[in-house]
Amino acid sequence: MNEGLFINIIIGISIASVPLIFAAIGELVVERSGVLNLGVEGMMIVGALLGFVVQFHTGNPFLAVLAAMLGGMVIASIFAFLTQLLLTNQVATGLALTLFGLGLSAFVGRAYTEVVIQRITSIHIPLLSDIPLVGPLLFSFNPLVYLSLFMVYLVWWFLFKTKQGLILRAIGDNHDAAHAIGHNVVRYRVMAILFGGAMAGIGGAFLSLVQVPIWGEGMTAGRGWIALGLVVFASWQPFRIIFGAILFGGISILQLHAQGFDITISAQYLSMLPYLATIVILVSLRIRLKNKTNRTVPNCLGRIFHSTT
Amino acid sequence: MLRLIPRVENSTAMVLLSPLLALTLTALSAYLIFIFILVDIPVSSVFFTLFVEPLIDSYYFSELLVKAAPLMIIGLGLSIGFRAGIWNIGAEGQYVMGGIAGSAVAVYFFDVEALWLLPLMAIAGILGGMFYAGIAAFLRIKYQVNEILVTLMLSYVAVFFLSSMLQGPLQDPSGFNFPESRMFHDSALMPIIWQGTRVHIGLIIAILLSFIAWFGIKKHMFGMQIKISGSAPRAAKFAGFDDNKTVWYSLLISGGLAGLAGLFEAAGPAGQLTPGLPAFYGFTAIIVAFLARLHPIGVLFSALLIALSYVGGENVQIDYDLPKSITQIFQGMLLFYFLACDILIKYKVVFFKTKN
Repeated sequence: MNEGLFINIIIGISIASVPLIFAAIGELVVERSGVLNLGVEGMMIVGALLGFVVQFHTGNPFLAVLAAMLGGMVIASIFAFLTQLLLTNQVATGLALTLFGLGLSAFVGRAYTEVVIQRITSIHIPLLSDIPLVGPLLFSFNPLVYLSLFMVYLVWWFLFKTKQGLILRAIGDNHDAAHAIGHNVVRYRVMAILFGGAMAGIGGAFLSLVQVPIWGEGMTAGRGWIALGLVVFASWQPFRIIFGAILFGGISILQLHAQGFDITISAQYLSMLPYLATIVILVSLRIRLKNKTNRTVPNCLGRIFHSTT
Repeated sequence: MLRLIPRVENSTAMVLLSPLLALTLTALSAYLIFIFILVDIPVSSVFFTLFVEPLIDSYYFSELLVKAAPLMIIGLGLSIGFRAGIWNIGAEGQYVMGGIAGSAVAVYFFDVEALWLLPLMAIAGILGGMFYAGIAAFLRIKYQVNEILVTLMLSYVAVFFLSSMLQGPLQDPSGFNFPESRMFHDSALMPIIWQGTRVHIGLIIAILLSFIAWFGIKKHMFGMQIKISGSAPRAAKFAGFDDNKTVWYSLLISGGLAGLAGLFEAAGPAGQLTPGLPAFYGFTAIIVAFLARLHPIGVLFSALLIALSYVGGENVQIDYDLPKSITQIFQGMLLFYFLACDILIKYKVVFFKTKN
């Protein structure tokens, strides 16, 4: 394998995994606070559309990403309001959020299906990016790639090195106890849900701004759901999200390059790979954890909290 | 400020009023959204096309019934599983697999005229759906893998599988290479019950199944078991209910019914297996089940309501060149409001002044 192809594959994997990293790290914080939001797919697609629309009208990638974040947060706030203040079932509400997001984005986005935008380009640092092999592999990715890794670090630091992070985890493990010692369960959870929305929004925007610079109905194609699987795969540990995402990115790139290697499997079976891989990986994780209870799963995940006092 | 105070007893008035309130709020919000987005089209006529025309025009009403049948059947299965707290979210995949399995029978006996053909296809459809949902049941019991993710991932896989079947073994040999199966034989088609329309016997079967399920849940021990397993898992354990059995039954019943609906769709309106089989019914049926409050008879009514939004959405697409996604927006909002309004059954909303 020559060097150019190798670098291309690495860059391809990174581009395929970054949307998953963003969406999954957001959902990880949400689940750590004890909330299960199945609306990731809906928040991602709204982010993808808003990022695309703002990039098309302003040409300013910074504004585009910001708009995607805000869009994800607005959609997430519906979920936060319903589940945290009106105590609705989280599974049903999350599903409604996904359907609503898919429908709304298709409806609003119908005017943008035939336009192309300027893709957000990768950075190029003089000298550093020009070092053979190391340059392209370390210093010439898209800025959002670096941001995704930084967010993973930031979430780890927040959850395990700050007092607020400790409180958030405590709320996820036992909301009644956390409430009893005076912590505001609902406020922490709403914040976590909004953060999850912002991250899913950026993840979606990465698809429409970097991966393919066009808008298409339902272009997230189940990535929000794969991100949910990634959180389980990562056992709710931030850094494991990166490994999981690279694994999935690798599988989807394999699917693209398989044709190049003269592998005669029909296109449909190759397209199934990322979805089947999700299942296989979740199963293999359980085999590895056999006879051990998974201690990292937040105890109150998906349970409704209502304070009587 | 606003506070929720738990009621001592569930409010009967609110059980009936909250769906109406949710519908009103949905209509109001949809109106506001349309005013905001549709600048050059009169909103009231869009509303008429969406919600009234399908009810007064006999052709559109028949189409509404055609679309309601699969939603009833899938929604019924899901409501049983959801009661037990088993979240089969990938009914779409089981629907597709049922459609493929049943159509395979029809294609294999393509020149046979027999009364046993349609029942055999239905059995194949049910088994196809059961097999597909059974994978999720097996993985959940053996490896504790979450059934939400497995059923969902498998529904994406099913769509690709359908496509590969239609370009492979099930493709019409004289079909100019189109990815479609051959047309089914007349005796492999669902009998029409309303002449001149596409309304087929599946509608009657759906209604029958709902009553059977209602009766079963009320009278049979299994109904009690799934209810307790869903609402009080610990109590279910103390009562000696077999947890694995609940998982198997919930997924096999919902998968089998979704598979049956898939076959009905292929042998009904389509008359052949086409790539257009997955029509989002499997996902929409989740809304149907929740709107029915997981009640087998309620499913009949919520399916009609959701089918109305489907037909209305298609009409709006034709008449005003608006995207069909209006339907999804409407359905998502309806579920939001419905879930939110149901809070009024269990809680009293009290306004009070905050003291500073």
